[in-house]
Amino acid sequence: MYTIVQQRPDSIYDLFERKDGDQHVTHYCPGCGHGVIHKMIAECLDDLGVQDRTILVSPVGCSVFAYYYFDVGNVQAPHGRAPAVATGIKRSRPGSIVLSYQGDGDLAAIGGNEILHAANRGEDITVFFVNNAIYGMTGGQMAPTSLLGQKTTTSPFGRTLQNEGYPMRVCELLAALEAPVYLERTAIFDSKNNMRTRKAIRKAIQNQIDGLGFSLVEILSPCPTIWKMTPQDARKWLNENMIPYYKPGVYRDKTAPPTKSIVTLQAASGSSSAASEAGQTPATKVPADNAVEPSSPPPAPSRRTARKEVPLVEVPSLLGIRATERPGETSGSAALLGNYNERSRFFDSTVSPAPPRSEAGFFPSTVPEKYQNPQIKIAGFGGQGVLLLGEVLAESGMLSGYRVSWLPSYGPEMRGGTAHCHVRLSQHEIGSPLVSRPTILLSLNKPSLLKFLPEATPGALIIYNSSLIDEPPVRDDIETVPLSATEIAEKIGSPKVANMVMIGGLMARTHLLSKETVFAAIDALVKNQALIELNRRAIEAGMQAVLELEAVLQS
Amino acid sequence: MPNPARGKIEIAQDECKGCAVCTDACPPKVIQLSTTLNVQGYHPAQYLGDGCTGCGICFYVCPEPGAITVYKWQDEEVQPKQHRAA
Repeated sequence: MYTIVQQRPDSIYDLFERKDGDQHVTHYCPGCGHGVIHKMIAECLDDLGVQDRTILVSPVGCSVFAYYYFDVGNVQAPHGRAPAVATGIKRSRPGSIVLSYQGDGDLAAIGGNEILHAANRGEDITVFFVNNAIYGMTGGQMAPTSLLGQKTTTSPFGRTLQNEGYPMRVCELLAALEAPVYLERTAIFDSKNNMRTRKAIRKAIQNQIDGLGFSLVEILSPCPTIWKMTPQDARKWLNENMIPYYKPGVYRDKTAPPTKSIVTLQAASGSSSAASEAGQTPATKVPADNAVEPSSPPPAPSRRTARKEVPLVEVPSLLGIRATERPGETSGSAALLGNYNERSRFFDSTVSPAPPRSEAGFFPSTVPEKYQNPQIKIAGFGGQGVLLLGEVLAESGMLSGYRVSWLPSYGPEMRGGTAHCHVRLSQHEIGSPLVSRPTILLSLNKPSLLKFLPEATPGALIIYNSSLIDEPPVRDDIETVPLSATEIAEKIGSPKVANMVMIGGLMARTHLLSKETVFAAIDALVKNQALIELNRRAIEAGMQAVLELEAVLQS
Repeated sequence: MPNPARGKIEIAQDECKGCAVCTDACPPKVIQLSTTLNVQGYHPAQYLGDGCTGCGICFYVCPEPGAITVYKWQDEEVQPKQHRAA
C-alpha cells in the first residue's frame, strides 16, 4: 500500500486567486528559489501546527504575491519596511507567529535601517531573507549584495570596489549586534543544501513559538531569468560564486548549548576565530578556517589609492558617443565603453536608417491600408520573449523609417503571469506609447488571448500561437491567423524562438517590415551570437508558415 | 507477487514548468522531461514508472509548491506514519 509522504502543504492555497495567469501555478519563473522556500515554510507551519496564528508580511519584489500563496494571515508592507510592520503586528498580537519574508533589494538596500533596528531591539519575529544578489522583479539592477565584478543593468561593466564598494553580508552585520538569538545562512542549489535550509527554517520558526527572540535565516537563492542562465547553470553559478563570499553557516545561536558543532561569529566580537569543521557543508568546499572570518576582504587595492588610479570617464562617453566622433580623444575610455558601442552596432551595419519620407506613400505600397499605422499589442507568459519581440519590431520599424514606440509591462506580473508590451509604428508623431485598443494582437498563450481579445478594435488582426491555444478566438469582426509558433520553433531547435516565428508571421501577413531591417534589429538586440542564426531561421519559418496558410486559403 | 517499488511520485503535468531541477537531483534518475508540451508551453517532468525509492528529494528541490506528490510503500500490517493530518 502506498501512502503519501510529501505533498502540497496545507498552508499553501489549493488555488492561487491572482487576477492573471494560470491559478494553479505560482507566478515564479522555472527554477526560481522562491517556490522551494515557500514550500518549506508552509510545510513547517503545518508540522508545527501554527498555521492558524501565523501572520506573514510580504515584501516588495517578486515575492510580493506571497499573500496569494500562503493560507495564513497576510499583510503586505512597503518596500523594506517589513520588519517594522512585523514589529507592530507582534507587539499588538503577541500570541501570533509573525514572519517577514524579504529579498535582498528589500532588506539590504532600502530596508537596511529597518532590519538593523528590529534585530537590535531583539523583536520576537522571524525573518526570511532571500538573497539572489540582484534586483529580480525590476529587471536586474545592482543590489547591495551583488558580487564584485557582477554585471547588472546598472553596473554594465561589473560591480567595482571603487564605485559601489563591497557586497553586504547581512548575517555577519547582524551578528555584531547583541540581541539576535539565531542567525544562519543557507542556500538553495542542491538537495543537501536545500535540506539544511529546511532545517534552518524550522528552527527559526520554532524559536518564535518558544518566544526566544529575533531569528533570521538568509537563504542564497538562484534567479535563472535575471542571471540569464538555465536553472541548472544558475545553481552552479550560485555554488561557485556566491558560496565562497557568502559562507553558509550558523552565525549566532543562543538557543543551543555551546558545542563544537556551532560556528559562532567570534571574529566579530573581537576574539580570534576558533571554527570547527562540523559547521561546514562539504558541498561548499570552503576551508573551515575561513568560515568565521567574514571581515577579511578579498585581495584588492585600498579604496583610497584605487580611486586615484581610475581615469575619469567623460560625460559624452557615458552617453555612448563613440570616441571616433570626438577628435583628439584617447582610446582609453573608448575601450572602457566597448559594450555600449557593441549595443549600438547596427548603426555601422550595411542597413542604414531610411531617409525621411513624404506623408503620401509613407508606408511601402505593399502594406495594405488596414495594416498601416498599426497599434500592436504583444502578449504571452513571462519567459516567452514577449518584450524582445516588441523590441525587435520597434528597432526594425525605426530602421524602416517609421516613428516608433515600445512600452513594456512591468512588475511581478511579468514572472510567469501574462507579460505584454505595446508597440506603435506610425507615420505621425506618437502622442502616447500606450496601446489600449490594438489593431494588431500577437498572442503567444491562451490567458493572454482571453485577456486582450476584447480590447482589439473591429477589423483587428489577431495572430495567435496555435501550439498553445486550442480554441480559436471567437469574434466575427476580426481577422485571425493561427500560427503553431512553439511547434515550429521546436523543429528549428528551441521553443524559445517562438517569438521570432510570430514576427515572421506578422511580416508575411502585413509586409510592414522587410527581412533586411528585422535581421539588422536582431543583430543589434540579441547578445548571444549563437542565437542570431537560430532567430533568423525562426523568422523565415514563420513567414513560410503564414504564406503557406494563405496559399491554402486562396486555392 | 513481485516486490513493488519502494516509492512512487505523481507530477501534476500542468503545474510543472520544465526546469529539470528534479531530473538532475533524482538519485535513481527515474524522472525525465516529457516530449510533449503542457498548457503552459513547457515540457513537464514525468516519472518513468518504476525505480522510485520515495526519498522525497524531488519534492524538496521542486520550485512549484504543489507539483509533486511523493508516496512511500508501507506493508499492510505496519501502521502508516502520517506525514500530517490530511
